[in-house]
Amino acid sequence: MKHFDVVIVGGGHAGCEALHAVCRYGLRAALVTLDQSKVGVMSCNPAIGGLGKGHLVREIDALDGIIGTAADLSGIQFRLLNRSKGPAVQGPRTQSDRKLYLQAIQALLAKQDYILIEGEAADLMSSGGAVTGVRLADGSEILAHTVILTAGTFMRGVIHIGDKRVSAGRMGEKAADVLSQKMESLGAVFGRLKTGTPPRLNGDTIDWRQLELQPADFDPVMLSFLSKGPTVRQVSCGITHTNSQTHDIIRENIDKSAMYGGHIEGIGPRYCPSIEDKITRFADKSSHQVFLEPEGLTTNCVYPNGISSSLPQDVQEAYVRSIVGLENVEIQQPGYAIEYDFLNPQGLSSDLESSLMGGLFLAGQINGTTGYEEAAAQGLVAAIGVAKRLKGVSPITFDRSTSYIGVMIDDLITRGATEPYRMFTSRAEFRLKLRADNADQRLTEQGYTSGLVSESRFGAYREKMTHLDECRALLSSMAVSPNQARKAGIDLGLDGRRRSGHELLSIPGVTVSNLSSLAPGLADCDAESLVQAAREALYVTYIERQGRDIDALARDLSVKIPKSFHYVGVPGLSSELISKLNAARPESLGAAKNIEGVTPAALTAVLLSIKSKGLKNTG
Amino acid sequence: MDTIFAQATATGRAGVSVIRVSGPQAFDIASVFCDLPDVGRTGLRAVRGCDGALIDRAVVLCFENGASFTGERVVEFQVHGGLATVARLLSELSAQKGCRLAGPGEFTRRALENGQLDLNQVEALSDLIDAETESQRQQAIRVLDGSFGDAGERWRGKLLRAVALLEASIDFSDEEIPDDLSIEVIQLVEETHASISAILERSTVAAKIRTGFTVAIIGAPNVGKSTLLNSIVGRQAAITSDVAGTTRDVIECRVDLQGLAVSFLDTAGLRDSKDEIEKLGISKAYEMADVADIRVFLIEEEGEPLPITMRDGDIVRLNKGDERGFDFEAISGKTGQGVSELLNLIAERLAVKTPTDVVAIRERQITGLRSAESFLARVLALVQSDPLPFELASQELYFALSELDFVFGRIDIESVLDEIFSSFCLGK
Repeated sequence: MKHFDVVIVGGGHAGCEALHAVCRYGLRAALVTLDQSKVGVMSCNPAIGGLGKGHLVREIDALDGIIGTAADLSGIQFRLLNRSKGPAVQGPRTQSDRKLYLQAIQALLAKQDYILIEGEAADLMSSGGAVTGVRLADGSEILAHTVILTAGTFMRGVIHIGDKRVSAGRMGEKAADVLSQKMESLGAVFGRLKTGTPPRLNGDTIDWRQLELQPADFDPVMLSFLSKGPTVRQVSCGITHTNSQTHDIIRENIDKSAMYGGHIEGIGPRYCPSIEDKITRFADKSSHQVFLEPEGLTTNCVYPNGISSSLPQDVQEAYVRSIVGLENVEIQQPGYAIEYDFLNPQGLSSDLESSLMGGLFLAGQINGTTGYEEAAAQGLVAAIGVAKRLKGVSPITFDRSTSYIGVMIDDLITRGATEPYRMFTSRAEFRLKLRADNADQRLTEQGYTSGLVSESRFGAYREKMTHLDECRALLSSMAVSPNQARKAGIDLGLDGRRRSGHELLSIPGVTVSNLSSLAPGLADCDAESLVQAAREALYVTYIERQGRDIDALARDLSVKIPKSFHYVGVPGLSSELISKLNAARPESLGAAKNIEGVTPAALTAVLLSIKSKGLKNTG
Repeated sequence: MDTIFAQATATGRAGVSVIRVSGPQAFDIASVFCDLPDVGRTGLRAVRGCDGALIDRAVVLCFENGASFTGERVVEFQVHGGLATVARLLSELSAQKGCRLAGPGEFTRRALENGQLDLNQVEALSDLIDAETESQRQQAIRVLDGSFGDAGERWRGKLLRAVALLEASIDFSDEEIPDDLSIEVIQLVEETHASISAILERSTVAAKIRTGFTVAIIGAPNVGKSTLLNSIVGRQAAITSDVAGTTRDVIECRVDLQGLAVSFLDTAGLRDSKDEIEKLGISKAYEMADVADIRVFLIEEEGEPLPITMRDGDIVRLNKGDERGFDFEAISGKTGQGVSELLNLIAERLAVKTPTDVVAIRERQITGLRSAESFLARVLALVQSDPLPFELASQELYFALSELDFVFGRIDIESVLDEIFSSFCLGK
């Protein structure tokens, strides 16, 4: 029987990204999935990227992942969010053609060497506390040194429509209940989360003429650093609104909703509430926006973003038809709420390795996150963890000051998830430095050294850096007097100080075009690199100031807390803190610092205790 | 968690001394010595040692978890304050299992850890214990009763809201977020900035209340400065003689002037001198005169030119009033003529400077507030730009918040998200 390096359970966004990465590392891999035609499927809203999420996609792409490329190959409406705001908070996003996306993922995976096994993973096999493989529901065994479990919403998944409940992982797909039970017997403690989807509409029955349209960007920004432009036709989304009639219908039927009828115990995300939630919690709002997003170029299916619901089908039909443009709409598939098991991610290692057994890695919604991008990023992190464990490859550092991935991993393993975790730019305290436009500058070289990034991507990256360095050199060689600057249209006080190009670009409102007359050489510079240099200049003073914070954080981070460290008995720690620290088991002081309630005094106490123990050991 | 005990009152002979026992086992341990009264009641008890012999009759009080100074279960024995009585009870306590003598400040540290007091209150408590004058006491009690913490909470609440508004405009820009949020942001930041500035202004004086005001007595040699100082403090603090230049160093005497701590400074007489040591004393006199809150100039003749320019609040008096007959503007250290009027005037002028509102006292608090104030000023400058640089304004606000964290304890992203999600209906 074949013995694999790694078995990946689940072919969603975490599983696909993990699979592709372990293959790039040259590991012998198998993918176990319930239905091979569903590998890479978008089960919810067919869109990739956005604020925070677009940053994650760029970081995955910088490490040669596939989510960005697949999004670009299937993108039918590229929009750069926050285009009018600063570059640090701009997020690339696209609507994808659901079918093209799945095809793109499967085609990208087909270029790699792995074995696909269709079946239900029912049990984890182990020996001596380390995982040895996966047992399928049919009794067959797959032996492997490591397992990456990406079970998504399938672990004891239950779909709710009104008072109807069906056991399912996605609509029409079987849930994975046996695995949940098996893992419980290993000591896993599950929580319940919920999420929801709206009814899917037949676009041919929507009266588009009545609706405001939101077109794609004229000047599209791609998700992948390597993509040049859209490959398929671009479409518009429609915008409509709920009204008082809609709200009345929902209010009258609220107790028929699975969520409000007491059928659901799982906690839903606050940033993606159901329409029932919106109307109940914000009762004074008389209308809510609804985006009508086409699911593809060759389907008439439309995803009405903003009205997810667990009301019975007839009520869904009634409230949808009360909305302008949807008076005669036909529902192709009712909306539903889905509840599923997740494992508290506190206690995972920063490689997402579980403490349940050695070599078991968990990624995606099973860790309490939501979203394709969050899942894919975790798949990648787990794959790197596997390669570290099996091949000792040079690791890639994901921490809060260098990547959104680092922010997410740190949040998950130190704070856990109390609602489905989604990325926002506001979660990243070093946001001005962690931009979508410089994800490659932050990660690609490390990825290349680790063996994850291909020669061709690294070549393209090096070329970009050569151009960028030329621009930087030229800008820093400039020495512009206030008089000269004024002539170029830059309003400066006559302080007699000569300024570099970077300094000029850090003045609000000054752009590269202001500088062209001041440094003739700029005309020969690569235009995209100049823009990039200008983005860097904009934040340079803030980043320097934050650099001090980063240094402080790095000093904290560098102090590791031994795995066997006993918090009980540390003078000055309250019993509440001791139990929190025992639950989170932070790997370092830096991680401990982010745990709620941990005060500087408590950190000092832990630090002193670690140091005094260290002295005893050496003495 | 250990149960700890110590004498809570000062050591030494006293009418009554209080011995405090605090910790999860406090009730169990204390009940070895007597039957405990119900929580919240006092009881006069015969306190007996383990051998059954009477140690003392004491008033005993019990406090439940969360209702005591430390936040833990506490028993207090109010015994007669003889040295031997206290020593005997302490030694009986130390023989109990799971019970040990508290380290210095350990009761207060537990109060801090259990959330009974915040860091500012702990500092204020130590100020209160150290308070010697009425105004020091008032100032410390205003921090201890939480007024300073309340001001911090108000600022943090406003800035948190401002950050949440900016972050909502950034992270949920493709959703239904009102366009005019910046108006509320500006208002919140302006209010906070003004309030912090006001407290900082008051706090410079507050620091003086804690450390004491200074009043310098200035004048030519041999005008009677030292005699005046001695009269004020009521003892021979400075050597006086008829020889000009007797006082060479600065002599400082601290008095409680109608509730204010005031240091009076006797300085070297100001003149051109060849004597190296006297010259040093004179330059020091100029220095002290410069930093003093009030200067009292002693002069020989009305209208004579002063050695230093007068400032608002300074006082001029004619010297040696006993030799002049009655003169309202004259003063005499020798007879005390005009001294109490002078002290009243000084007290009156210092009292005007004394804040009646809450202030920051400690250097740590003032440094943090000053940085926060400057970051907020930058936010106010940034929000004037068009288009508004949301991410920069937000960054400056975070810098300001982290300075306030330094003073009041931390705020994190979850609090910002809570504010966003409770204010806006999100999720398109």
